[in-house]
Amino acid sequence: MASEVSAVLADQLRRKGGMSPWWEAVHTLFTRKYLATFGLAVLVLLILTAAFADVVAPYSPVALDFPSALQAPSAQHLLGTDQLGRDLLSRMIYGARTSIFVGVGVMLIAVTLGSIVGGVSAYKGGKFDVVVQRLVDAVQSVPALLLLLTIISIIGPSMINIILALGFRAAIGDSRVVRGSVLGIMENQYIEGARAIGAGNLRILVRYVLPNIMAPIIVVGSLQLGAAILAESTLSFLGWGVPPPTPTWGGMLSNEARRFMIDAPWLAIFPGLALSLAVYGINMFGDGLRDVFDPRLRGSR
Amino acid sequence: MYKYILRRSVLAIPTLLIATMLVFTMVRLVPGDVLDTIMEESLVSEPTKDVEMLKAELGLDKPFHVQYWNFITGIVTRGDLGVTLRNRQPVLTEIARRMPVTLELAIMAQILALVIAIPIGIISAIRQDTLLDYFFRSVAIANISIPSFWLATLVITLTAVWFRWVPPTYYVAPWENPIENLKMFFIPALILGLVLSGRVMRMTRTMMLEVMRHDYIRTAWSKGLTEPTIIYRHALKNALIPVVTVVGLEIVGLIGGSVVLESIFSLPGIGSYFINALRLRDYPIIQGINVMVVAWVVLVNLAVDLSYAFLDPRIRYR
Repeated sequence: MASEVSAVLADQLRRKGGMSPWWEAVHTLFTRKYLATFGLAVLVLLILTAAFADVVAPYSPVALDFPSALQAPSAQHLLGTDQLGRDLLSRMIYGARTSIFVGVGVMLIAVTLGSIVGGVSAYKGGKFDVVVQRLVDAVQSVPALLLLLTIISIIGPSMINIILALGFRAAIGDSRVVRGSVLGIMENQYIEGARAIGAGNLRILVRYVLPNIMAPIIVVGSLQLGAAILAESTLSFLGWGVPPPTPTWGGMLSNEARRFMIDAPWLAIFPGLALSLAVYGINMFGDGLRDVFDPRLRGSR
Repeated sequence: MYKYILRRSVLAIPTLLIATMLVFTMVRLVPGDVLDTIMEESLVSEPTKDVEMLKAELGLDKPFHVQYWNFITGIVTRGDLGVTLRNRQPVLTEIARRMPVTLELAIMAQILALVIAIPIGIISAIRQDTLLDYFFRSVAIANISIPSFWLATLVITLTAVWFRWVPPTYYVAPWENPIENLKMFFIPALILGLVLSGRVMRMTRTMMLEVMRHDYIRTAWSKGLTEPTIIYRHALKNALIPVVTVVGLEIVGLIGGSVVLESIFSLPGIGSYFINALRLRDYPIIQGINVMVVAWVVLVNLAVDLSYAFLDPRIRYR
């Protein structure tokens, strides 16, 4: 799969006479795939909001203000207040920070760990591969939510634990994709050639295999970001996510907050809207990336 | 073909064993202070038990492999998944009591998902790159992006505010009173179905596109067959084979989705049972549900794999 990606991009290189494959991809992304560009804009906005939360948010997310509880959106509180008088807009801005933090953390762990496991498993092959694949199968047989909830109930919900647990589970899924890619690469003769001239295993992996699997890794990684944010919000919703008072979009929609939503529907609308738009944008971006890197799958260009 | 069936079935067993061992190990890693919490919160009848007795109760005092062996033989010979910590009921019975609810939700959701997704996937493929296609693709991505619990919360809140109606919270079996039952299940099934439909939509579209590029489709066109005939008779059957895989894999997502939706709509199924057990740290239940679900998933995946042998003749001869 990845070798065909390289072949396609190499072909484009030959024809265009010299644009680097990466710029080619980026160029195609911006000129052809508008929705994906929109998704990228959403992602950038999310990151900026998270980074500059202290500057952007009008109030502190944990500032209790009971007299102002459950106020509709107004000039003072642009998105209203919740049952403890906290400004919803500020909570949502800091919630972006939680989401990005968890999302990026999970993505990094998943991609790194998944690549190592999948890559080594495919490269070594033989019994090692069979055993590792059985383990991967077994972990994937447990529905993700059940597995994560069980793990978190044992190790305790905290930001780090959640990132680790989610990262671990995502890595298992990623390792499959990476393994498939590496298996494809290994069929190429240049690997055999490299070994013939005496290149060691590590050198082969880093110098030959890694650059060619970057494309699927990037695609999978970008999709993991959206999935991780959604997963964290689901955990928070069920009460097993990042613990209060840290604001998290899922937590704002949880069962405890629900009983106030009849009186204050804005509490139900805005956090979920933010979540949906964020995940949607990221998924659109990832989808566009996949279209660009793996034209065969999409079938259009 | 029988070799294929045998091979696949045998391969499923280690997966099952490893997965149950994984669950088993996780539960045994419960740290000490959690055991204290269990003692305080969930043992209703004997509040004065100490940690050692609790450990003996959970079978934690025996060496690990003995525990695991007892556990597996218990399941296979007696169907014994242990007893709940709360009130000493057999876990298997409790799960079996709640299973029909989750099953009903899952089946309704899956049917709705397929009914919505497959036609849309087909249309999206045959009208590729048109505005309609882009619209449907956006909808598909939206379906997998929007959190089900938000959608559910919105629906409940808004119907309560505008129509002054809330779904019934008291469970009625479908054979007792189908109308009441449907009132309770329709909205959660629809929401779960929408979430699932996103993936099926994309899969159907991709597979249809791939199939339609094949030579035999071109032959059918040049023979002069009409579009509907080509699509239904030639393209669809081949395109749907991987969709069967996706449906098989969806069961994993169904369980997760049912956890969320059951807790929102107060459906007394396995999902909400799991959540309550987590809160009370009732580990026999947690373990039992995990093991049952894993077994279920492995079996369904096996069935899907085996069904390939019937659907795709090429597989049989490998």
